Amino acid sequence: MSVNERIEEIVKGNNVVLFMKGTPLFPQCGFSSKAIAILDHLGVAYESVDVLQDMEIRAGIKDYSDWPTIPQLYVKGEFLGGSDIMMEMYEAGELQAMVEAEGLAKAE
Amino acid sequence: MAMAADEIESMIKSALPDAQVEITDLADDGNHYAARVISESFRGLPRVKQHKAVYDALGGRMGGVLHALQLTTAIPDIGV
Repeated sequence: MSVNERIEEIVKGNNVVLFMKGTPLFPQCGFSSKAIAILDHLGVAYESVDVLQDMEIRAGIKDYSDWPTIPQLYVKGEFLGGSDIMMEMYEAGELQAMVEAEGLAKAE
Repeated sequence: MAMAADEIESMIKSALPDAQVEITDLADDGNHYAARVISESFRGLPRVKQHKAVYDALGGRMGGVLHALQLTTAIPDIGV
């Protein structure tokens, strides 16, 4: 399977997935840490992929989205943005609205 | 190597001539910056495309020599 196909499978197979450096408990970069803080605050159910554990995905994800940095958030198969865009959308209330509209909140 | 703030600003302005660019050196180390870019060319574009336009202006440096650029983009207010 090519790296693009692997990424496609992850992105299409999860409602919300964050490609990040490190893990939600131990983020290895301030930007990844910020992205996790936003997702946790929203109470979203999400998967994460640690790109530091997979060099092929680390390089491939930047081509997949044509976006130069990590973290990268995908919702319902679409690339949403990195941590700055997540913060802008959070501050504008757009992320909260999306979580409600798409039913992405964590099950109680 | 890091980039100087005025180098970042001039690269953004050469790609987006109308842009107002504010660069803040967050850690005062020439390596962690925040940039606020306001341009009419962002109007109607989703945020991903706005940020991408700025990254493109930086010609591949983003994610490479420039690790930490906290970016916000905006559209100018009209008549204010």
